[in-house]
Amino acid sequence: MARTPGPDQPVDGGGEERPAWDNKLQYLLSCVGFAVGLGNLWRFPYLCQTHGGGAFLIPYIIALAFEGIPLFHIELAVGQRLRRGSVGAWTAISPYLGGMGLGCFTVSFLVSLYYNTVLTWVLWYLLNSFQHPLPWSACPLDLNRTGLVQECRDSSPVSYFWYRRTLNVSADIGDSGPVQWRLLVCLAVSWAVVYLCVIRGIETTGKAIYFTALFPYLVLTVFLVRGLTLPGAMQGLTYLFTPDLRVLQNPRVWLDAATQIFFSLSLALGGHIAFASYNPPRNNCRRDAVSIALVNSMTSLYASIAVFSVLGFKAASDHGRCLDRNILHLINAFDLPEQSVSRDTYTVALARLNASQPAQVAGLPLEACRLEDFLDKSASGTGLAFIVFTEAVLHMPGAPVWAVLFFGMLFSLGLSSMFGNMESIITPLLDLGVMPRRVPKEVLTGLACLLCFFTATCFTLRSGSYWLEIFDQYAAALNLILLAFFEVVGVAYVYGMKRFCDDIAWMTGRRPGFYWRATWKVVSPLLLLTIFLAYVALLASSPPHYKAWNPRYERFPLRQEKPYPGWVLAACVLLSFLPTLWVPVVALGQLLARCRQKTRDPPQDRCPKPRGGRAC
Amino acid sequence: MPISVDQYAWDANEEYLFKAMVAFSMRKVPNRETTEISHVLLCNVTQRVSFWFVVTDPSRNHTLPAVEVQSAIRMNRNRINNAFFLNDQTLEFLRIPSTLAPPTDPSVPIWIIIFGVIFCIVLVATMLLIISGIRQHRRKNKGPSEMEDSEDKCENVITIENGIPCDPLDMKGGHINDAFVTEDERLTPL
Repeated sequence: MARTPGPDQPVDGGGEERPAWDNKLQYLLSCVGFAVGLGNLWRFPYLCQTHGGGAFLIPYIIALAFEGIPLFHIELAVGQRLRRGSVGAWTAISPYLGGMGLGCFTVSFLVSLYYNTVLTWVLWYLLNSFQHPLPWSACPLDLNRTGLVQECRDSSPVSYFWYRRTLNVSADIGDSGPVQWRLLVCLAVSWAVVYLCVIRGIETTGKAIYFTALFPYLVLTVFLVRGLTLPGAMQGLTYLFTPDLRVLQNPRVWLDAATQIFFSLSLALGGHIAFASYNPPRNNCRRDAVSIALVNSMTSLYASIAVFSVLGFKAASDHGRCLDRNILHLINAFDLPEQSVSRDTYTVALARLNASQPAQVAGLPLEACRLEDFLDKSASGTGLAFIVFTEAVLHMPGAPVWAVLFFGMLFSLGLSSMFGNMESIITPLLDLGVMPRRVPKEVLTGLACLLCFFTATCFTLRSGSYWLEIFDQYAAALNLILLAFFEVVGVAYVYGMKRFCDDIAWMTGRRPGFYWRATWKVVSPLLLLTIFLAYVALLASSPPHYKAWNPRYERFPLRQEKPYPGWVLAACVLLSFLPTLWVPVVALGQLLARCRQKTRDPPQDRCPKPRGGRAC
Repeated sequence: MPISVDQYAWDANEEYLFKAMVAFSMRKVPNRETTEISHVLLCNVTQRVSFWFVVTDPSRNHTLPAVEVQSAIRMNRNRINNAFFLNDQTLEFLRIPSTLAPPTDPSVPIWIIIFGVIFCIVLVATMLLIISGIRQHRRKNKGPSEMEDSEDKCENVITIENGIPCDPLDMKGGHINDAFVTEDERLTPL
């Protein structure tokens, strides 16, 4: 049986056989686990809520169809075809594009640093969830035991536990303070768990992914069922999904949809290229790309239903408590019998008292209790997970169980994304042959994890959370968009659309249709360029500032907005552009090397053939 | 002093019990052991079950200072609460702040225990994986030198004669004799 030779079959990276997935399911679960991460849980529901509920799905689906799926297909096809990590793959496409692989590698390194720090925080909360009552349910007593701690009393027990007992955050980014030993040991365990799972590359992550990719779905289902049976859940859901089509006129909504789909699929990090490179060469990567992208979006929707049923419950119970406080004021002031005014009869009673004794009613400190105000209190990111949701969990019966489940789910969601991040760091290192062949893979992964651990200790300082925000906003966002743009342009124009379509036809058995070619050649690059420019315009429109937690602020517990000091701004700019600088640097380097070779060699061989066989 | 009651109705008997509890608290104070129930007076009882009360001294000439009564009630707050099946939130004494419960800190914080468990598991698992990796590595290094003589006996070598592959006689443990394969398989195709 002779195989029809594929066009320009590249030599495999290294003489040894490349590791392969045990079965297709491991590969699919790894890609799904990498794509489905914390953002699906705490960014998408927030965007849905603030951008008009169900109406947000329109720009989201459009972005998915014209940006998410085409880019994803390119990554999987490139990895599967060239059978190398990001550095090797882009060098094989064109030596001038080798810098892209290095850029992806650098961004993956930066992202894994701060992503695992978020997992450290999740782990800390998980460790503290095994007790009843939960430590964030009540304020601790102050030093002489006469009252509660001032900072906690002014804000709330949940905020106090997050800002003081977990982060011990300083009031200013310049004030870094000492390393927090609690976070340091959790960081060590976090990296130890990551090392345990990636120790032998996909051999070990392939086994671990069965648990880490599927456990979150189980917990989400449990939360969904529990959430839907809680009072107030339906109000939360209707509020979330009621479409407000006017938001579509706001360009910010389209930008957010595009960036959300982009970051949600974890594109341009090199992880999907690495995963696909371990596939057999003939695998239907088009079907994989479409199905994984759809699973990712479905998971976002599923998670937002679960999250919002719980948040609806929280809003309803906060509203109920607000009413109870008002009722207590009324009863105390007018000496009414206990329980004569219930939550339902409150408005009637208030109207009656206001009619008969308006002066006295006006003197009472009554709050305006509207359910919409409580439902509007949305949060995203760490605010959702560590403040809003933890408070919601406090009021559910059997709170420690729900806390353990929630933080366990967050940990495994983040862990499966970390596998992808680490693969995008380790696979290029293995392909480049950084360590001699005798050295086993375990040493390489160990050294990588150790280096990441030591570098990440800067996030355990007291100003660590401020730096994490900087990394999240500046190191990841702009670089990934630029790298994705170069990816699409590199494949569509430098590698050649015809050649790429031939490769895909050889791998999947069918040439890509008009939709794919149109998006790769025109739509996606234009879209990415627009997103990049809009993002830069957005960042430049307001001077960069951060929100500090300062107990001495006069409007505490509101967070104080402070501008970044000069040296921090310089760091932001460096982070934004340094990884992408690899692209022009390597291209220039290659150009100079070629020119020098041309002038040195006799001019008979004008066109040296780079690996990959593309004549110039 | 508001009470929120849903288990029983507040009537004169409950008021008597309250007076008894206050008298009991005062009797525990040195110098006040002779306080009687009749010395406790309630006034301004409202429908909401809130009222003012005072304790007079045995001669009924003047009331005792509020500070003394407050400290006495503070000492026995728990007994008074339990007599009425209430707690500090539902039986509220104005101007008598509750004594806050001391924090129940276990000797070892719970999170350290769980942390220790997880850390040990991860350490042991990592060690096992590393050791099995080293063993596999050693076996692979020793392996290629042993495999060379058995390579000749490899059954995968299929000799081809006249375009027909000849399967080596595979005795299959004596159950099947390949020499007696059915005729049409052995004949050269026409």
